Amino acid sequence: MSSTEVHTASSSALEINNKIFIEGLSVGYSDGTESLRDVSLVVPDHAITVLFGPAGGGKSTLLRTMNRLNDLADVVRLSGHVWLDGIDILDPSIDVISLRRRVGIVFTQPVVLPMTIRQNLTYGLELAGERSRNRLEEAVEQSLRAAALWEEVSDRLDDPAVALSGGQQQRLCLARVLALEPEVILLDEPTSGLDPISTGKVEASLQELKEHYTFVLVPHSIQQAARTADYAAFILDGQIIEYAPGKQIFTHPQDQRTEDYVEGRFG
Amino acid sequence: MKRLRTTSERNKLVQSIGFTGLSLAALITVIPIVLVVAYIFWQGSPAISWEFISGFPREGMRAGGILPAIVGTFWLTLGTGIIAVPLGIGAAIYLAEYAPDTNWTRAIRIAIINLAGIPSVVYGLFGLGLFVLFLQFGTSIVAGSLTLAIMTLPIIISTTEEALRAVPNSFRVVSISLGGSKWQTIRRVVLPQALPGILTGVILGLERAAGETAPILFTVAAFFLPRLPTSILDATMALPYHLFVISTQVPGMPIQIQYGTAVVLLTFVLGMNSVAAVIRSRARARRQW
Repeated sequence: MSSTEVHTASSSALEINNKIFIEGLSVGYSDGTESLRDVSLVVPDHAITVLFGPAGGGKSTLLRTMNRLNDLADVVRLSGHVWLDGIDILDPSIDVISLRRRVGIVFTQPVVLPMTIRQNLTYGLELAGERSRNRLEEAVEQSLRAAALWEEVSDRLDDPAVALSGGQQQRLCLARVLALEPEVILLDEPTSGLDPISTGKVEASLQELKEHYTFVLVPHSIQQAARTADYAAFILDGQIIEYAPGKQIFTHPQDQRTEDYVEGRFG
Repeated sequence: MKRLRTTSERNKLVQSIGFTGLSLAALITVIPIVLVVAYIFWQGSPAISWEFISGFPREGMRAGGILPAIVGTFWLTLGTGIIAVPLGIGAAIYLAEYAPDTNWTRAIRIAIINLAGIPSVVYGLFGLGLFVLFLQFGTSIVAGSLTLAIMTLPIIISTTEEALRAVPNSFRVVSISLGGSKWQTIRRVVLPQALPGILTGVILGLERAAGETAPILFTVAAFFLPRLPTSILDATMALPYHLFVISTQVPGMPIQIQYGTAVVLLTFVLGMNSVAAVIRSRARARRQW
């Protein structure tokens, strides 16, 4: 499905601002694997866009291209464009560091930095040069509240973050990204290690936060995809097979392969 | 069924032979260390007195104290550290965090490994040629420290590199994803986590420098200089060389003084070793990964 079709499909329903526009993106790794092939996608503002499909299809690669975290991987071939508010972020001359402050990411495994809870939250801001104690304190509380973690940790902000439970650590990782006040947040199976209750908390946070942020989520299950998606793209073997509003793709998929996957016939 | 039983019996036998052999090997390595330390302390501790540690040698080193050698070894160790620690840690950070995997960096690594294998007397001759003669530092603390530093560098570089590589890569990825630059990531996340390992390597390297005789033989060590060094261009006595001298070069040397000197040198070196051990175990208890 081409990007122009997607664009008309979505803008007919609502006035949608496209936050990210990916055009003809191909990514290949040094071991010869081709991760993405001529992928085009629009990511609407203030919504949750879900990228789902079987493992190894290129979902994480697509996600990590959106904040150039793939620069750390051994990508040897990269072509196409990723426009963020009209600026091509694949342009080698852009400031990658400020890009990553605008486009945050939460990983599959919650990796808390070996510091206190508070330091984890202020880390990004301090790197960005924030010195004001008040503003840092404010960011700590606001981001913890937004990630539904404040009640649980407000009395032990100076404990090592690693002492938190897995679910709390993952919400801390989300809070840590929120503290930077990014515009886009990429979530790579953020709840795959969490129990259903913690998963529910994270998903509820996302629903509340999406009026301020743009989310791109790789879900850990098809159920989560269906629960959370405002828009969803089915990715198979490095290509987008189908892209549509979430309600539509999970109830009336247009492509046979999407239907097979959604109904659990493969993957 | 019968065959299976014999196989499992054989496995058991092999297992117990292996276990016995391995624990014997471990025991045998411990025995000489314990014997050496115990014997030297047994022979040497009667010589230890306040005068021995704080006095100057008298009667052709056959009496009095060894203060100049203690002070000399202290300055040499410090000088070696001042030169080798920043250089070694810097090189290790480059190799572990920045260097791409190219023929050039592979060559650097091989060079470092080979540097560690060079006999210490060769370092001594090299130091004599370069620092003492060519650069005209003379036999001096600076020439000795430079020579010892070159010998210590490979130890510091390889242990530091190892400590840096042990820090999980996910910390680096997270830091960079939060808008950290490469250097911010290294300075604020990687280095603090690697610090205990780095310190251990530094101490082990300096301890080796403190105990070496050959590299200082031609570059700094004085046979008999019963005063304290006054500048870094001064020669000085040093514990390992002093021990060599009084054990082989001075007739009629009381054996107690020889062993007493060995006790002081051993205490110096083992003391540094214990500091390294304490740092390591504390860091391990605090480590969060």
